[in-house]
Amino acid sequence: MPSLGSALLALAFLAALAAAALALTGRHGDRRRIDLSRRTVYAFCGLLTACVAIVEIAFAGDDFSFNIVAQHSSIETPEFYKLAAMWSSQEGSLLLWAWVLSIASSAALYATRNKLRELVPWATAVMTGVAAFFVGLMLFAPDVNPFQTLSPAPADGIGLNPLLQHPSMMIHPPMLYSGYVAFTIPFAFAIGALLTRRLDAEWIRATRRFALIAWAFLGFGLLLGARWSYTELGWGGYWAWDPVENAALMPWLLGTAFLHSIMVQEKRGMLKVWNAALIVGTFSMALLGTFLVRSGVLQSIHAFGDNTVGPYILGLIAVVLIGSTALIVSRLDDLRSQKRIDSLVSREAVFLVNNLLLVALTAVIFWGTFFPLISELFTGTKASLAAPWFDTYTTPLAIALVLFTGIGPLLAWRRVSWASAKRVFRVPLAVAAVTAVALILFGDATEQLWAFVLFVFAAFALTGLAQEFWRGAAARRSLVGGSLPAALVGVVSRNRRRYGGYVVHIGIAVLLIGIAASSSFQTNRDLTLKPGESAVVDGRKVTYVKPTVAVSDEYLQFGNVVRIERDGKATTLRSSRRYFRPTGQEGGTIGSFFEGEATSEVGLKAGFLRDEWIAPQPDISAVQRRVRAADRGFRACVGGAPGTPSQCKAVAAMMRAAAANPSLRPVALAQISKLQSLAANRIAESYVRDGSATIFKFIVNPLVTWMWIGGLIALMGALIALWPARGRRRGALVRTEADALKEAKYREIRDAELDHAAGKLSDEDFALLDAELRKEAVQILDKV
Amino acid sequence: MDPQRKRKIRLVVALSVAVLLSVALIYTSFSASTEAKEPSQLLSAAPGTSYEMTGKVVKGSIHQRGAGIAFRVVDRDGRGESLPVTYTGTVPDPFRGGREIVLTGALRGGTFVGEPETLITKCPSKFTTKSDA
Repeated sequence: MPSLGSALLALAFLAALAAAALALTGRHGDRRRIDLSRRTVYAFCGLLTACVAIVEIAFAGDDFSFNIVAQHSSIETPEFYKLAAMWSSQEGSLLLWAWVLSIASSAALYATRNKLRELVPWATAVMTGVAAFFVGLMLFAPDVNPFQTLSPAPADGIGLNPLLQHPSMMIHPPMLYSGYVAFTIPFAFAIGALLTRRLDAEWIRATRRFALIAWAFLGFGLLLGARWSYTELGWGGYWAWDPVENAALMPWLLGTAFLHSIMVQEKRGMLKVWNAALIVGTFSMALLGTFLVRSGVLQSIHAFGDNTVGPYILGLIAVVLIGSTALIVSRLDDLRSQKRIDSLVSREAVFLVNNLLLVALTAVIFWGTFFPLISELFTGTKASLAAPWFDTYTTPLAIALVLFTGIGPLLAWRRVSWASAKRVFRVPLAVAAVTAVALILFGDATEQLWAFVLFVFAAFALTGLAQEFWRGAAARRSLVGGSLPAALVGVVSRNRRRYGGYVVHIGIAVLLIGIAASSSFQTNRDLTLKPGESAVVDGRKVTYVKPTVAVSDEYLQFGNVVRIERDGKATTLRSSRRYFRPTGQEGGTIGSFFEGEATSEVGLKAGFLRDEWIAPQPDISAVQRRVRAADRGFRACVGGAPGTPSQCKAVAAMMRAAAANPSLRPVALAQISKLQSLAANRIAESYVRDGSATIFKFIVNPLVTWMWIGGLIALMGALIALWPARGRRRGALVRTEADALKEAKYREIRDAELDHAAGKLSDEDFALLDAELRKEAVQILDKV
Repeated sequence: MDPQRKRKIRLVVALSVAVLLSVALIYTSFSASTEAKEPSQLLSAAPGTSYEMTGKVVKGSIHQRGAGIAFRVVDRDGRGESLPVTYTGTVPDPFRGGREIVLTGALRGGTFVGEPETLITKCPSKFTTKSDA
């Protein structure tokens, strides 16, 4: 099997190169070659799928002759985690990267099979080039071939780190990868557009969906990582400004900017240089994320793999950046836009501001992340920046973004007159003002100025968005009648992109409220308590009710029951700390339980208004002393040395018999291991009687649930925006680029009509805009 | 005002804001940063100054002391003299002997006293998931 896998991988490499060669040689209108090139990409995808299948079958069947399986799985690893263990390895991650890219490339080429004839060959070459790079890494770089074998095959593998055995941890890496990888598609088409000088919005229309998918995957991956950190690590936080987290956040932020500014290019033909630069930046950041984790140049809590592929990826980033910059500069004349922003009070102007904010945010994070290298360059010493520095800059930028999340949807494209602006801003401004007054009068929110500002801005944004839905539904109802909910569904499903985007905005506003509240008003206390003792934290009486113990073959667990009382209401939280044997080890000395990982099992009472979170650090020094004594006793027993305690005469006798007759050895060892586990049980249970103190980390986290809810709302919004439009336009022939252009203009006219009906555009504004749009539509029709 | 001029003014304003912000960014980053040092360098470092220490926990050196723990660290390559460290508060899950840690703190009487909430433990080398934020 490994040799079959290697062969398929080599074949895949050749297929990627062949697809690129076919596309490039057929780019001057040789349809047969282009079709063949596309089918070769499908074949490439098939070959990589087979490679992934072979690796997964090896994992499922415990084939430890595969190095990757022996290193990352074991017989006892639960089935579900066996299948997911592939991407806990470096070679498996590379395989996943290439595989996801092959799927995305195939989908992109299928979607554009009858379109963009000039552009697709170049895009194919870029996509397959990147894919060939990653497959080539697996084949030619040292120690990253997933089909490396071990001879002789070990009887069991090392197993998967227990910290990683968490459902969200298993989907988190593939989500992030899919996000990173899918940004290759818009990047490839952008390069194609630059090379062929086809710089209108066609490449954007073809790949917008992929950019949105990439953005959604990346965002969901980030959210899962935060959730895992919060519930699984005994730390209680969800974000640490760690380089690897930042590496995933930066392409997400740039991707967000890109998704907004391409709309300006689609509708107004502006910001072309900016869009090209943004997608190059986003893709480079995605590669940088892959690189950072692999290189070890920055200190991170995330462990880095061996330093074998880092330099190659850095090389690829250099090629991408230098090549794309040169290309953009050489095309500057073609990228110049004919139009200017009409008014600062228009949606495109707000998009521009939002873009600047997002890029500034990315720049700050980039600077902070790479500061150790920068400071070493200038001062000779490595120095790093901690979370407070990041907070200083990112907080005001994020708050400004929330404001614009609210303003953007309220403004129409091109220009908005003072009268219509007043009409749409009235209610949101009033609600924001009421929120501010309420917070000042009834809350302690004003103690944290930034949080206060954010709450007020979020109130503004959420009201504005609600008003959009309300007015849209009302406008539709006045057109077709029916109930308000039906009108709401109707208007959303007919304008998925617009309302999907609004739903994303709602999600982000809710998420930021959660972040602001939980980071500004968190109570975080370390309590040292003995059983029966209690402490008062933030008006809550925290009582350590009793210690608990659990023992399994894999771990010893020292836990507790804690009662939290507030205003006469009591909740009970159970938390514990598990001490694992080293992964892959069964049996052995009792002390070996303290040689492997230790994990916190967090006690969490999640609520809509606040979470109560607790994790213990038990004092097990007495237990450990007894364990050492017991292990010494067993050694003495087995050794049968003079002066051995009388209880182990039987054991000593068994060992002597085993020494004389080797066939008795397994029986004797099994007997001893049974005795050891009995002893382990007894000693572990002694913890309950010890009554030793435990250090509890107790956190009261307000509104943290809003983060997860907000994230899911945003994800839902992305799905709404992605869902293919159905209804009357489905049959519309969108064959040629002119057709697509016509469709886009019709959509714009419909958008303007909706804005007018919803009261966002005054009659005069609408009359002007409608005339303009119709003139543009006529121009397009003339060309057709 | 003619639009050409208006645009130019806007551009100048935007650029000045950007320049001002970047100057602030650069200035504060150099003053807010903590110097990173390895244990062997810290043995002779100035007491009282805050450093970010990156080192490897010596196996078997971890002891409970009051509400905190005391342990020793060596350089990441495992060589050099070890440095005594104390830390108060709960420790991250992956923390144990042989692991690499990053800790901010200062030297007091020859012992590196870590600031609460700054202990970061790197995940073990087997933990090679690409991104596990």
